[in-house]
Amino acid sequence: MRWLEYIVFLALVVGLALPVGLYLARVAQRRRTYLDPLLRPLESLLYRLLGVRPEEEMSAGVYIVCFLLFGAGCTIVLFLVLIFQRVLPGGPADVYLTTPLTLDLAGNTAVSFTTTTTWQAYAGENTLRYLAQLIGLVAQNFLAGAAGLAVGFAFIRGLARERSATIGNFWVDLVRSLLWVLLPLALIGSLVLVWQGVPLNMAPYTLAHTLEGGTETIAQGPVAALEFIKNLGTNGGGFFNANGAHPYANPTPFTNFLGMLAIAVLPASLMITFGHMTHRPRAGWTLLMVMVALFLVGLVVCDWAEAQAPPQLAGLHIIGGNMEGKEVRFGVGESVLTAIVTSNTSTGSYNSMHDSYQPLGVLPPLVFMLLGEVVFGGLGAGVYSIVMAALVGVFLGGLMVGRTPEYLGKKISFAETRWIALYALLTPLVVLVLTGIAVIATAGRAGLATNTGPHGFTEILFAYASSMANNGQAMAGLNANSVFYNMTTAIAILAGRFGLAALALALAGQFAAQRRLPITSGTFPSDTPTFGALVFGTILLVGALCFFPALALGPIVEFLRH
Amino acid sequence: MSDSNEPAEGTASRVFPKAPRAKLQAQLRAAILSALVLTLLTGCVFPLLLFAIGRPLFPRQSAGSLVTRGTAVIGSELIGQQFTRPEYFQSRPSAAGNGYDGTASGGTNLGPNNPKLRNGAADFAGIQQLAEEYRKRNGLAPDTPIPIDAVTRSGSGLDPDITPANAVLQIPRVARARGLTEEAVQRLVANHTKGPQFGFLGNPRVSVLELNLALDERR
Repeated sequence: MRWLEYIVFLALVVGLALPVGLYLARVAQRRRTYLDPLLRPLESLLYRLLGVRPEEEMSAGVYIVCFLLFGAGCTIVLFLVLIFQRVLPGGPADVYLTTPLTLDLAGNTAVSFTTTTTWQAYAGENTLRYLAQLIGLVAQNFLAGAAGLAVGFAFIRGLARERSATIGNFWVDLVRSLLWVLLPLALIGSLVLVWQGVPLNMAPYTLAHTLEGGTETIAQGPVAALEFIKNLGTNGGGFFNANGAHPYANPTPFTNFLGMLAIAVLPASLMITFGHMTHRPRAGWTLLMVMVALFLVGLVVCDWAEAQAPPQLAGLHIIGGNMEGKEVRFGVGESVLTAIVTSNTSTGSYNSMHDSYQPLGVLPPLVFMLLGEVVFGGLGAGVYSIVMAALVGVFLGGLMVGRTPEYLGKKISFAETRWIALYALLTPLVVLVLTGIAVIATAGRAGLATNTGPHGFTEILFAYASSMANNGQAMAGLNANSVFYNMTTAIAILAGRFGLAALALALAGQFAAQRRLPITSGTFPSDTPTFGALVFGTILLVGALCFFPALALGPIVEFLRH
Repeated sequence: MSDSNEPAEGTASRVFPKAPRAKLQAQLRAAILSALVLTLLTGCVFPLLLFAIGRPLFPRQSAGSLVTRGTAVIGSELIGQQFTRPEYFQSRPSAAGNGYDGTASGGTNLGPNNPKLRNGAADFAGIQQLAEEYRKRNGLAPDTPIPIDAVTRSGSGLDPDITPANAVLQIPRVARARGLTEEAVQRLVANHTKGPQFGFLGNPRVSVLELNLALDERR
């Protein structure tokens, strides 16, 4: 039954990629869609309000600056909403808001939600007002997702254009991503969630008198407004502390399955958009198949580790897979599927507690984040993640056959290699250095409140991998609400969002300016299974070279020692 | 990289036409305005629209699927609650607050190899102890296999469900405490067992609160 669900899921993602990918291309290229009569007037109104001239295109440099400025503007708005949330009217009552929103926590949360990371060092139900969740977090789930999609469009244009000084207009891409993609889908998806039981109210917490005569207070709120867009925008931060495990956030197996589709379909479809806009559809499919292959490897390993009876409980006559930290309605199957999908896509809306996974169960999610979210990837970010990985493969392939490497007719010479190398080095640099500091520093080790030893080390590595990948999921045993972790994870989040996107856009600018080389007999084809295998191998090889020592100290030694 | 302003041959130097001159001030203005205007659109207009459509369409769900008996709210059909008396089916162990605290969702976050998880600690019942208690409560032999959901804590601490196998092991106890035949209780359990959703999604499950309500109504 588990495998039937896995297969249906992958079939739907791949099957929907073509129609959705072509639609996204229409959005990016400002061509006609069925939604135009409704949305065109709103689009023009927004351009007038913002003072944007939609015909005016931008160079890669200006595009990066606009992306940065927009991120900064959103961070400031969210920071102010969080700092002043106590003056907002409405629930929940003050007595329930037990976690103080300190400046460092508000800063960390603001940076985290404006970058699709949504790392949460707090518990929603005892920290935030409903209106702060709506005006602050729901809004940023849309805006950060749309900004990511905009960057994805611009990156694709870089590879698609010839002798062009520009790669699009950030404000146009942003507004169109919101109006044509995120808002309509989120409206429909959120209504489906309400139908399935996700609450949508501003009521005070419910005091229930249980069957046995006790009392139980139940947190409420406008949960449905957040829970769909958190997945669609590949953000992942939940309304409640337990995120997707909470029965109000994710009441049925169907809401979970729908959430996983919301996460994966758009990033997977962007590979088709990429192939379509660069006029090399098979190159897009090839990269999508590399993603699916990597996905399957992670799924098989994680499923194997979690579905067997926990070896630690041998002799207690307990039957069934590892259910510590998992919900009965999801079982092992939907928990594992969700762990793999959310770790792949910089989303992190887990529905089971990864801290209680077996060492080899937590390894695939951790590795997927360290590899830079190349499988489907964050909304928009996934395109440049996988293409950057492919370019490293092209470069290595070029070295092996002794030709100047090229990809889709674009030459990869010194100027391009510089950006690719910086991009490939940034993740290991940030993650490993910060992990090293946290392990040495007393303030870092103080976070190990629940688990110690190799498992504790894995928690720390996981925290920085998750921040850098803009994923946001945690092995929640790590006590991360301290000045040390709020500051250091924020550094990783900023590097992962703006550092990587700026490098990718700079490369896109270089490519856009180039002419496209004609295909000759000497061209190394980039749309064949051989090329797919090269990219697949490069991703694993480079990942292993960078991270094997760290992984050996964490999950691998924990697995071998027990 | 001192030569970063001089593009390598074959790149930007040959490009025509040039990109329009960037007016930083205009972009800064657009950044500030968009952060405000788009926050209003997505953080205020979107939720209002959702409320306007969603609440009339699904009034019960949007209020939290609350279960009432008479005028009193006894819980939500989606949120698990604690049961300790023998005449009720019991939920899974919970790590939310002091157990099924609807304002403090969460799991134990204990690693699988953390000795505390199996052996427990002063203020924490380990899996071994939970299994012993479960067997004692239900009059089971020490080597009776127990389904794992009965002795592990869920991710939310508010899991409303147990597995059918877990419910089956509790049937004799509940039947005895209520003076009912095991067959009668068995029928109720079967009636309240949900299969995988749409035939293939998720696991079979029994909602503990629903089942216990049905038992009470039978009296």
